Amino acid sequence: MEIIVNGVTETVPPCTIAELAVAKGLATGALVVELNQQIIKQEQWPSTRLEAGDRLELLSFVGGG
Amino acid sequence: MMDDALHLGNVRFTNRLFTGTGKFAANAQIPKMLAASGSQMITVALRRIDTSARQENILAFIPKEVTLLPNTSGARTAEQAVRIARIAREAGCGDFIKIEVITDMKYLMPDNWETLKATEILAKEGFFVLPYVLPDLPLAKRLENAGAAAVMPLGAPIGTNRGLETKPLLELLIENCTVPIVVDAGIGRPSQAAAAMEMGADAVLVNTAIATAADPEAMGRAFDLAVKAGRAAYLAEMAEESALARASSPLTGFLDA
Repeated sequence: MEIIVNGVTETVPPCTIAELAVAKGLATGALVVELNQQIIKQEQWPSTRLEAGDRLELLSFVGGG
Repeated sequence: MMDDALHLGNVRFTNRLFTGTGKFAANAQIPKMLAASGSQMITVALRRIDTSARQENILAFIPKEVTLLPNTSGARTAEQAVRIARIAREAGCGDFIKIEVITDMKYLMPDNWETLKATEILAKEGFFVLPYVLPDLPLAKRLENAGAAAVMPLGAPIGTNRGLETKPLLELLIENCTVPIVVDAGIGRPSQAAAAMEMGADAVLVNTAIATAADPEAMGRAFDLAVKAGRAAYLAEMAEESALARASSPLTGFLDA
């Protein structure tokens, strides 16, 4: 299925946010997730299934002034 | 000694130097700089993850006792700033937010109009809003009325290290605002930070000048001393300037006429 990750269309197998994060090798401590403009807290990642057409933002805090 | 703490939001700051996490050569310099400067508030930014690169968690380099001030950099509209602020709070960064809305990419001038709109929305949502603005007195009063926790006017454009180019306008804000004034952006030297504090600024926010110094830890310490000196001078009330010389020794009773 196709979803939009950080503005880019990607084809991914059916999965949860937690599974996608692992597949992408993302360190969960730094990750902030927004799904269709809703924040998804880390404890909800294993139970939140992605659906075709979802807009996913994978964010993190970085240095800035 | 009187209590000279700065109260912002629900936090009591005993150090008036706010710092930023941008532009450090290595994140490991950040906790050392924080320890040396005594800074109790530090900015961070929110960005999309680059999944192709290994990224460090910047928050892991900031001690728990230091208050996080996420910024809304990257926002070009009030709506985008509001969205970033809500994400930052949900992500556990607390209730402080620096509103930074920039539409001019050449001079990086803050967009005061969008910033005011974002401040109105976020203050109602219980954020402690610190809007980064051009020093404009009527706007600052509107921000105050909108519930801003402080107003953060720029001294000079971001990252220029040119100091207090907006000094006369900063003085108007300091003189007429009831919320704290934090001079943000453009401060390049400790002496400029001291000058801002002597004028009566409540705090300064310094990032580039510390982060890109050859020794950020030592520069953090230098800025701390300067901010403390400037604040102490402001509280001591400076003597007046004079166009003509005024002898500091008596002009009578010389040994020989």
